[in-house]
This record gives sequence, C-alpha cells and structure tokens, in this order.
Amino acid sequence: MSSAAPLLATRKLSVDFGGLKALQDIHLELHENEVVGVIGPNGAGKTTLFNALCGLVTPSAGDLILNGKSHKWPRTYELADLGIARTLQGVGLFPDLTVVENVMIGAEKFAHSGLISAAFGSSRDENKLRERAMLALERVYTTRLANRRADTLSYPDTKRVAIARALVSEPKILMLDEPAGGLGPEDIAWMNSLIHNLKSQCSILIVEHHMDVVMSVCDRLYVLNFGQVISSGASEAVRRNPAVIAAYLGVSET
Amino acid sequence: MYKFLNTVLIGITSGAIYSLMALALVLVWRSTRVVNFAQAGQALLSTYIGYEVIQNFHSFWLALAIAMVAGAAVAALIDAIFMRTLFKRAAEGPIAGVAPIIATLGLLGLIRALLGLVVGGKEASIRPPVSNIGFTISGHTLAFSPLKLLIVASVLFLMLVLSLIFQHTNVGLALRASAYAPEIARLAGVKVDGIRTLGWALAGAAGAAAGMLQTPDGNGALSPDSLEFSLLLVFGFIAAVIGGLESLVGAVLGGLLLGLVLAFVLIYISGSLVFITAFVLLIIVLLVKPGGLIGSRRGRRA
Repeated sequence: MSSAAPLLATRKLSVDFGGLKALQDIHLELHENEVVGVIGPNGAGKTTLFNALCGLVTPSAGDLILNGKSHKWPRTYELADLGIARTLQGVGLFPDLTVVENVMIGAEKFAHSGLISAAFGSSRDENKLRERAMLALERVYTTRLANRRADTLSYPDTKRVAIARALVSEPKILMLDEPAGGLGPEDIAWMNSLIHNLKSQCSILIVEHHMDVVMSVCDRLYVLNFGQVISSGASEAVRRNPAVIAAYLGVSET
Repeated sequence: MYKFLNTVLIGITSGAIYSLMALALVLVWRSTRVVNFAQAGQALLSTYIGYEVIQNFHSFWLALAIAMVAGAAVAALIDAIFMRTLFKRAAEGPIAGVAPIIATLGLLGLIRALLGLVVGGKEASIRPPVSNIGFTISGHTLAFSPLKLLIVASVLFLMLVLSLIFQHTNVGLALRASAYAPEIARLAGVKVDGIRTLGWALAGAAGAAAGMLQTPDGNGALSPDSLEFSLLLVFGFIAAVIGGLESLVGAVLGGLLLGLVLAFVLIYISGSLVFITAFVLLIIVLLVKPGGLIGSRRGRRA
C-alpha cells in the first residue's frame, strides 16, 4: 500500500433498506494503480456497495473521500466527470444501438455543443465522440464489432463492449461488476489479461466471484459478509484467513 | 381520376398534421415513457400565443416561430417543474404506473380552463399566410393549395430536422439512451433529467407547429374548448399507435396512412363514417399488431 492519500475511500459507510442493514460501517480504500477486489457470498452487500458509490443507492451514513478530500456522495451522472466509470452485472448495453454508439454514450462528457448547433449541421462533436469510441473499442480489441447492433453480439462480446463504454470516459477509477461472470474459461483468461493491462492506466475496484480471477488480478481484497467487512488486506493473506474460509471460500461458489 | 387525385391530396395534407402531433406524442413517450394527453392543451396554448403575435406583428412566420419556441418552453417547464416532481413523489406503489397519465389528463383540463379564463368565449381565427385556393390543372381545381403545400413542406422539414437530431447527433444518442434505460445512461454520464426535458421541449415545439398549421387550413376558429384540437390529439394518438409508438418515422407514416384512409372514407363513402373508421382502425391495430403496422423492426426503438 502506498502512503499517498487514497484516490477513493469510504468512512463508516452504511446503507439501510427499510430497517435492514445492507452495509454497516464500511471502510474501503483504493489507491492509485491498485486493483482492489470486493468478495463475499451472495447477498453480502457487494453490489449495494457499488451502487452506493455510484449514487444508485443513498447511504444512510458515512463519508466519501476522493483524492484525499471529503466529497458529497455523487449523483450518478456526475461520476463520469469525477473520473469514475462502472460496468454492470447485467452488462446494460442499449440493444438497438450499434456497438460504437453504445460506447459513444459513455463519452458524453466530452461533448460540448448544444442542441442548436447539433441540429443544424455541426456534427463535429459526433465525430469526435465516434473517434474516442473507436479508440476505446481498440483497447478491448473489438473494433471489428463497431457497426454491429448490440443485440446481435455474443455474451462475451457484450462484456467487452461494456468495458469499452466504461473506458471511453477515461476514468481514473474503473469499477467492474463481475467482469468474468457467465464467461467460459477462454474468455475468462482473456478478461484476466485485459484487467492486467488496464492496471497501468487506472485503479480498479472489482466485484467478482471467480476466485482464480480475483487472486490473479487483485492486489488487495475486502471480504463482505452480512453487510460488514470481515477481513481485508493483501489477497494471499485474506485467502488464508480462517474467518474468510468459513464465511465464503468454504461455501460453494456461484 | 381527379376525384381520386384530390382524395389523395386531402389525405396527405391532413395526414401531415396528424403526423406532427404523433411526432410530439412519440417524442414525449420515447424520452420519458409518459403518454402526454396534455399535448392538445399545450398545442392550443401555443397557437393562442401565435395568434397574439399575428395580431400585433402581422406575420404568420414570426408567429409560427414564436409559437414553437413558446411551445417548447411550456413543455420544458411542465417536465422540469411538474413531471420531475411527480416521478419523485409517486415513484412506487400502484399509483406509479397511472400517475403520469392521470396527471397529463389533469393538465389538459387545467390548460383549457385557464385559457378559458383568459380569453373567455371569444373565438379567434388565423388567416392563411398564403392562398388557400387550389391549384388548377387544365380547368380542374385541385384540392391542393399553396397553403396545403406549405403545410406538407413544413412537416417534412420538421421531420428532417428531428430525425437528424435523433440519428446523427450525440444529443440524439443521449435521448435514445435515456429513454431506454435511464439508470444505465446516468452511469455512462448522461444528464438524463436535462435530456428528458429536452425531449418534452422538442415535442412541445412539434405540437405547437401542428396547431399553428392546422388552424388556418379551414379548420375553424380557435377556442379554449376547440373540438379541432381534441381531434388533433385523438388522431395524433391513432397515428402514433399505427406507427408503433416508438418510432419517429413510424409516427409520420402512421399519420399519412390515417389521413389517406380517412380521406377515402370521407369522399368515397360518407363523412359520418370518418370517426368510426378512425377508431375501428385503432382497435384493429391494437388487437392484430399491437407493436404497430410500421415500427415492426426488432427492438423498435431507433
């Protein structure tokens, strides 16, 4: 762990769902060029943690610290401007848009022209976004899919495009929600090496069930169970923690 | 031969106006998933504003432009102040599904009542900016005048601008994404609330144009309880449903199809069957092809 202030940190983050404590006093830190994994059994609060960070769920208590400074919990659409991008478990591509259009939506923050110029001829922004989108597709090696409609893609390809859509905003923090979920061994290996490559370009927060992927890419882990962090630290150490083995690793993986 | 040609011309002209209204309804539906009954009231209000401009400045074109801007502004305000609050307050429970529909019905009544208070029972009319006397070809007068040409041309122009915005700009892309999945669009950095308001504003402008263009076309006087504007809403809806409710092109084609069918019924059969035909057509489409006759492409959301 570096001694510099973390890029992102939560202090005593709690989320209540009508009396049910979905998250309790979560302290989480993500440093520059670090890959941090959040693991835990189903229902442990991993996705709720992501949702709280993304403004999809309102925390009942706790603080957010970005670049060492206290920051109010962001609204969802502000994330891109804060340099945070996220992929979704359900992928969430727009089925009737083409691949490149899907990625362009992620580049929205780079668009400046208003409606009037957009309506009357100026497609400068559009072309600029398209270029950025193509570059992002290149980073996940899928430029060949650019003009396909998203609903014609194979499942592994939709995952690649979803990552391209997150990358196109040039995030400092990339949040990946089960990037390996639903993939076969070959695609998992591919995803694994992609995450290794991305590591030099941004910090990554990752929720994942596949322990192979987690152990291979994550520098540090947080283990959640019943909304609380039951263990955290360097990946290897966490894996050997008996409490973790009891709560999670002993339980069948899904 | 001339009877047939005239019927087609009448159908296209009235259909073009239904298309504009259908476009307005589809725009709001696509950007916010709201069926906007208030559109007729907004169009009426905008047309009254246009009428006032004509009274003071004697220019139909200036009036059309101001009516469209006013229509856009009114629609944007309705969304930003009223609908946005409604979606937050009535987000859950059995009311969530129907609240927006009931709200727009209420708005329609409210706008008409307020207009009634302001303008009273006084009827107003808009003089056509160009001649409404039909072109003649070798002694035959066609049911197509410079005014009708203007109407069709204006609709085509507006359609072109709207489809350019939707298909070829990043704003259009954001509109399409927000309509489909607001949360995902937000995650990708789209300011969905603003984009939704923009959808309403575009619809408000289109509705205003429909009102301004239909009124001088022999469609009677302007009044707060105008039957013509109610019909505009009903026929606009039917056109939108024929077009599949999702597609801008579908809305335009739906409007033209409806206009043609009704013109043929009017001229070849009987005027008293026009309404019945419109509603029977609506019911048949809903029962047989609820996805619309035109917007049958997979996904139907482009």
